[in-house]
Amino acid sequence: MSFLSDPRWRDAAAHLPDYLGSHVQVSLAALALGLVISLPLAILARNHAVIRGILLGLASVVQTVPGLALLALFYPLLLVIASLTLRWFGFDFSAFGFLPAMLALALYSMLPVLRNTITGLNGVDPALLEAAQGVGMTPRQSLFTVELPLALPVIMAGIRTSAVWVIGTATLSTPIGQTSLGNYIFAGLQTQNWVLVLFGCVASALLALAVDQFLTLIERGLRERKRLHTMLGSVGIAVLVTATLIPSMARAPSTYVVGAKTFAEQYVLSALIEQRLQAAGLQASTREGLGSSVIFQALAANNIDVYVDYSGTLWVNQFHRTDMPPRETLLAELKEILTKQDITLLGALGFENAYALVMPRQRADALGIHSITDLAAHASTLSIAGDYEFFSRPEWTALQKAYGLSFRTQRQMQPDFMYAAVASGDVDVIAGYTSDGRIKEYDLETLADPKHAIPPYDAVVLLAPRRAHDAALQEALKPLLERIDIATMREANLRASGSNANSSPAAVARWLWQEIGGQ
Amino acid sequence: MALAPLIAYAHVRKSFAYGHDAERVIAVDDVSLDIAAGEFLAIVGASGSGKSTLLRLANRLLAPDSGRVIVEGEDVRDVDPVRLRRRMGYVFQSGGLFPHMRVADNIAVTPRLLGWPAAEIAARVDELLELVRLDHSLHRDRLPHELSGGQQQRVGVARALAARPRIMLMDEPFGALDPLTRDTLGDEYRALHCRLALTSVMVTHDMTAALLLADRIAVMRAGRVVAQGRPAELSNNNEPYVAELLRTPRRQAERLNALLAGASAG
Repeated sequence: MSFLSDPRWRDAAAHLPDYLGSHVQVSLAALALGLVISLPLAILARNHAVIRGILLGLASVVQTVPGLALLALFYPLLLVIASLTLRWFGFDFSAFGFLPAMLALALYSMLPVLRNTITGLNGVDPALLEAAQGVGMTPRQSLFTVELPLALPVIMAGIRTSAVWVIGTATLSTPIGQTSLGNYIFAGLQTQNWVLVLFGCVASALLALAVDQFLTLIERGLRERKRLHTMLGSVGIAVLVTATLIPSMARAPSTYVVGAKTFAEQYVLSALIEQRLQAAGLQASTREGLGSSVIFQALAANNIDVYVDYSGTLWVNQFHRTDMPPRETLLAELKEILTKQDITLLGALGFENAYALVMPRQRADALGIHSITDLAAHASTLSIAGDYEFFSRPEWTALQKAYGLSFRTQRQMQPDFMYAAVASGDVDVIAGYTSDGRIKEYDLETLADPKHAIPPYDAVVLLAPRRAHDAALQEALKPLLERIDIATMREANLRASGSNANSSPAAVARWLWQEIGGQ
Repeated sequence: MALAPLIAYAHVRKSFAYGHDAERVIAVDDVSLDIAAGEFLAIVGASGSGKSTLLRLANRLLAPDSGRVIVEGEDVRDVDPVRLRRRMGYVFQSGGLFPHMRVADNIAVTPRLLGWPAAEIAARVDELLELVRLDHSLHRDRLPHELSGGQQQRVGVARALAARPRIMLMDEPFGALDPLTRDTLGDEYRALHCRLALTSVMVTHDMTAALLLADRIAVMRAGRVVAQGRPAELSNNNEPYVAELLRTPRRQAERLNALLAGASAG
């Protein structure tokens, strides 16, 4: 099979109009907002040393916040603001996706524009300012007809820097629900599909380069007073923007949006749900790579329609429960709590994806460790690794308390690398997921939890409030309920973590559907 | 003088603060000076003598600390400074043209600010280019950097004249030009001054140019006007600084005469 006929390329290319369009849309809006704010601020501040210092200082501080953190912070901030506007003015807005991404990126874009506008304006020859005054211009006329046009090349250089930063950083807006070229990167990273990662990187780099080239042309035209250059650059930008926006706007908006968190199992399950809805004749699309807390809020706010969560995660993280009732009781009670929030728990898929402490079978046998109780005796000489959230989750606190666990070192890792790390002995124990196919692949043992410190984690299908009475949707999903057992899911996850043509979430979802007896 | 002066400085004082310590440098110190309608006055002095400051006080680019500046019968403090500047022409050292505007747009600046109709502005631009001896088809659409220094200064004069001012203020207008161009432009401006019945105030450090062009000369030193009068009156002045300023042109004239006479005799 030739390199280009690899179905993963076609998969990636099929998403391009959507991802690229959304990427351009959010970047453009952020840049426009950034300009609208920073240009007047720079003009006001140029003659006041103190204000100038404060402004540039603040913008620099924003710049030092990592892009991902800045984007992540805007989501809870907007949630709070939305709840306040709802209380005070009777309306709220979606804190999900476009708005937080645009606001964070706009903030991020401000420093170069502020700095260059101030530098450009202050760099105008004082003799020309006097000439402007001498021919009878008001300060305003001097600003608009002399100072700004003369500073324009320098301002343009700032805009160019901003544009490239914003386009690059926009790839990080995927986890807060804004579709972007980052969807390729996040999805590829989670499913070990390096073709996707590469595709996303190249696409966003090409976009940034193209925009940079056109803006350079405009800047040169302004600097050398060549209208042709300025015009060519502007036309180039206009064509680029139109060409990327039209396909994404012309697309019929999906009626049903299926959410997925940031790991392979979620990509597979969301693809499966999407395929089931489409098979039932419903318009559906997926919104992948959403943060664990973002996705629940997004469902509650009707920003997505359906996704799969895990009972224990909701119980502990969402509702802050510390009691650990048996599996069936927990599920029933959870359904009740969710109903109060107008969220429908349609049912369980049939498998559990629980956190479990995992170590190589041989090593476990050698040390005589088969339960967490056994482990506790050795823990002080062992190292443990977990995913990015595990050590700050209540389950970890509960485990430590129940068994008096205290490890020599603890490390955070990308989940995909944990299993190989424990198999090769880089770490002694990992906090793995019971549905992960690599437990079997690497011959790992999941340690028993006799004190039930870790809650049950049934995979459950949740529906948004506006879908509570949607019979078509519920009919389409019923065939999935209680049909996927742990062995099948493990196998599916193992397939998805491969890096061949059949490991795309869509392909694995089709396999899974056949496996559970679908036609 | 029977007529009231067109521009009158009365006991004008102006100082500037330098740096952060409050020490102030006095630039113009108790100057009183009258300029009659139709007169061509040159203000001569070394750099730092306060001559440019004095000029800027006339169209309120600067405001005096004390004393009064009267222009066309009104205290400049009582007039909107923007309006005041629009009715006075101002020629800047080395042109002061806006580098991003074509020649025609530079010339049209003040008429546009005054809201003249477009057709009238276009006609006026052509008229002015002719007045300062620039070919309109050749120069109208050029940018300033495409012109020679002399051409730029011609555009500078045209721009100052655009809104038909009665008063022209000129700050070292021909200082940055080569001697031949300086001479030609000086003579041409003098002719315009007479033809358009202007009142002109020119700041210069070049005593020769002042003597050749102006009706009357005011000599400034350390913020004060130390002498004023027609060239002949100045040569009778017994202020040592005036004699010093006159010495150079005099000696140059004598030596040139001697050299040129010797050449023709030989």
